[in-house]
Amino acid sequence: IRFILLQNRQGKTRLAKYYIPLEDSEKHKLEFEVHRLVVNRDPKFTNFVEFRTHKVIYRRYAGLFFSLCVDITDNELVYLESIHLFVEILDHFFSNVCELDLVFNFQKVYLILDEFILAGELQETSKKAIIERMGELERQE
Amino acid sequence: MGTRLRDMIRSIRACKTAADERAVVAKECATLRNAFKDNDQDFRHRNVAKLMFIHMLGYPTHFGQMECIKLIAAGSFPEKRIGYLGLMLLLDERQEVLMLVTNSLKNDLNHSNQFIVGLALCALGNICTAEMARDLAPEVEKLLHNNNSYIRKKAALCSLRIVRKVPELIDYVMVPATALLTDKHHGVLISGVKLCTELCEGSEVALQHFRKHVISLIRVLKNLVVSGYAPEYDVNGITDPFLQIRLLRLLSLLGKGDSETSDNMSDILAQVATNTEGSKNAGNAILYECVKTIMSIEAIGGLRVLAINILGRFLANRDNNIRYVALNTLVKVVSIDTQAVQRHRSTIVECVKDSDISIRRRALELICALVNVSNVKPLTKELMDYLKVSDPEFKGDLTAKISSLVQKFSPNKQWYIDQMILLMVEAGKYVTPDVTRALVVVISNASELQGYTVRALYRVFQAWDGQESLGQVTVWCIGEYGEMLIDNLNEVEGEEPLTVTESDAVDVVETVLKDIRVSPDTVAFSLTALLKLSSRFSHCADRLKGLILEYKGSVVLELQQRAIEFGSILSKHTNIKTALLERMPVLDEATYYSAKQVEVGVDANQTAKSGPHSNGHAKQPNGVAKHLAPETALIDLLSFLPDEQPSAPHQSSDDALLGSLGANVVTSSVPPLSGGADMLLELLSLGTPAAPPLASQESPLPASSQSSLRSSLLDADPFAVPKGSVVSHVMSDQTHNGPASNADPFANLAPLSKPTAAKNPAFPLLVAMQTSGLKITFEFTKQANSPQTTIIKATHTNLSSSPYSDYLFQAAVPKFMQLQLEPASSNILPANGGAVITQVIKATNNMHGQKAMVMKLRVSFKADGQNNLEQAQVNNFPVGL
Repeated sequence: IRFILLQNRQGKTRLAKYYIPLEDSEKHKLEFEVHRLVVNRDPKFTNFVEFRTHKVIYRRYAGLFFSLCVDITDNELVYLESIHLFVEILDHFFSNVCELDLVFNFQKVYLILDEFILAGELQETSKKAIIERMGELERQE
Repeated sequence: MGTRLRDMIRSIRACKTAADERAVVAKECATLRNAFKDNDQDFRHRNVAKLMFIHMLGYPTHFGQMECIKLIAAGSFPEKRIGYLGLMLLLDERQEVLMLVTNSLKNDLNHSNQFIVGLALCALGNICTAEMARDLAPEVEKLLHNNNSYIRKKAALCSLRIVRKVPELIDYVMVPATALLTDKHHGVLISGVKLCTELCEGSEVALQHFRKHVISLIRVLKNLVVSGYAPEYDVNGITDPFLQIRLLRLLSLLGKGDSETSDNMSDILAQVATNTEGSKNAGNAILYECVKTIMSIEAIGGLRVLAINILGRFLANRDNNIRYVALNTLVKVVSIDTQAVQRHRSTIVECVKDSDISIRRRALELICALVNVSNVKPLTKELMDYLKVSDPEFKGDLTAKISSLVQKFSPNKQWYIDQMILLMVEAGKYVTPDVTRALVVVISNASELQGYTVRALYRVFQAWDGQESLGQVTVWCIGEYGEMLIDNLNEVEGEEPLTVTESDAVDVVETVLKDIRVSPDTVAFSLTALLKLSSRFSHCADRLKGLILEYKGSVVLELQQRAIEFGSILSKHTNIKTALLERMPVLDEATYYSAKQVEVGVDANQTAKSGPHSNGHAKQPNGVAKHLAPETALIDLLSFLPDEQPSAPHQSSDDALLGSLGANVVTSSVPPLSGGADMLLELLSLGTPAAPPLASQESPLPASSQSSLRSSLLDADPFAVPKGSVVSHVMSDQTHNGPASNADPFANLAPLSKPTAAKNPAFPLLVAMQTSGLKITFEFTKQANSPQTTIIKATHTNLSSSPYSDYLFQAAVPKFMQLQLEPASSNILPANGGAVITQVIKATNNMHGQKAMVMKLRVSFKADGQNNLEQAQVNNFPVGL
């Protein structure tokens, strides 16, 4: 995985995690491009788009677009599943998550993400384990 | 941390305008900066959190980086947590500040608190640099053996990143990684498998090492597949699909190229393929990965068929994603196993009509890969039907694909012609000139179908809508075969009779001529067609003449030329007119096709259409203005060509026609050549009737040569020398494959020089060229291990009394040969044979034993301040070369 982006329909980035080095300006440009790419696609179209030399796999949940950028050779369907798993975890953690939750608790969202994906690869696939872990981390505070 | 942060967020969100927001953010930044300056301990983590939020909004936050580092160095967990988070967010691996963190990281990696260790590993895994990786690798490796699975998991992925950054550490990590493979904890397993995959991709040694562990991997996978319901890892009824897919990926890597391992795997793969439910996305993901794995290892036939069947099921799925994925994979599969894919042809054809453009494109590619002679008819029909309804951007692609399919696979000429006519009617403006040209070639070759073609075109023309290609072909055919149209010659069975009068036919041409939508090239075609009609039709001479002469004043140079010249033919030279305007000889399809397939930039296809036009021009008596393009000095070169063969213009026009058209006008590729001098070489390679500017759209030659080639230069060239590969000796280390040529044109030509070769069985010295001022001899040796290759030592001697300078020797060979010229010894040739220039030529005859070598030579030099040029053809190479 090269980067993960959560963007709303207006183009505001709610979460951006990069696993490749990029300058700030490049990041902004990239976010803008991805947003434009993803927002204009018809829901009937496939969830995979070619983007520069990689693929972007995206899915829309309510007003938020979850986009993952992966290599051309990766299995797209499995990343769709992982997006879904991530959303489920967020949902469970925040109890019926909505966009506002993500905005006000962004550091927690990042923590969850770090438990889920490390170094650009899936780390833990059990929802239960991640939630437990988050609970433990909270208790450490 | 909570409230103040929340407040800030709320206030930022409350801003209505961007300016407001900027103001609020600026104020906050100022506060933060002060706080940092004051080294505020207590609220530091809150401040950094605020900073992160501001960063997410897109404002610059560099001033906070040091704060993150301070936080990391602090003692407590919450502070460290925010510190690391900030680190990962605000910095990336290219910042030098990162180095400062290395020490803290080291301490944290050895911390007793597993969470802190986890944090450190996380940060390291996400943004470490190569140096940091090297420094901290030992710590990470130690952690791989840790008892805590949480730590092991993170350490595994951290090593992944380390290995990516520093490939030398692969061996270091290999052994501990193996231990991970047998772990019980899924998280560790996943990370471990991914780590091993990465190792295998990186190093051959690792690959071998892990092959031995295939059995255990298979066992794990098996457990996953057959195990019952495991709530923790369940996704839609399937146990941990992520791990399954990871395992499959690793297996595919391990099995690739190794049949023994592949055999071991086939059982489990078959099991996965059959047991996994394809109703949900997770199941499909696994099946997809399974198929990919099967395709990449050395699988047995049955397994492959299974895989392709799965793909077929995917294709029928309503979900676009699945279909896309299936098409993608099929494209790769089809090269391996076409038969199996044929079965799904109809589904694929359905996909071509899908509304999603990426699916359409993939389906189209796939179809083109699937087409063969037996199914081309129905497939083409489908594609044509679809062409009518497809949208414009897609039409271009589709047309190109259809035309290439039709060209390659048409079972008979009539069908081909029919299809092409249909295609042109539907999508005329997308049909490229190449395709039109090919069509014309086919038509000219299919003598029995010419009448049929011209009549069909006439019928279709009633619905003409300005399509360029249709217009061109129609006009050309009418010009060539006008009398067949009128007299209904050569009727093909089942054809409806058609009554066309001469004036109708001329009407058609006139319509094309006068239509404002057509390009000047088409108008030029039409003019020529009118000229030809003047000899075929008896009644319309005046009308034709009138039409032609209208263009006498045209602003397009080409048209004006033609109009004037044609006019003068019609009025002054009626005696030779009939001979001039005889039907074009058969264009050579074979050479055309083989030329088309020559990779080396043989884009410079000049159309056969140049034929009729140069026909019209070429053998005009000298009274006609020389229509050499004014642009280049090349003209001068070629202008002397007729001088060398003075007999040519007066040869019977038939011969000349034949000669000038004998070979396909394909210029050899000259991309490697550069500079103006190279135009000379192209000339040599051309030797054939150049297309007039008409064909300019069709000859994407290197820019420099384009204008020159276009000129009707070669009208003057009586040689019709087929393209040979031309290599200048200044570019000695290039070899060209010249396009195909017929041996025939060579036979037609009168050789320029009078070579005096003695016919000895052993390779004798051959006087390649001898004129009053120059003598070139060839000595031959054969290369020991390749009888096709001959080394020729060429010796150039100056027989005149003035020295030659700027001596340049060039050679051209027909397509079945290759030529390589070494640099010459010098380019100055003293007078009276004072010294000689030697040059080595390596010639390879690909048709050794079948065809003898031939070569055309050209020499240019400066003598007495004058530029000279000599040419010669060597036909009499000793037998056996």
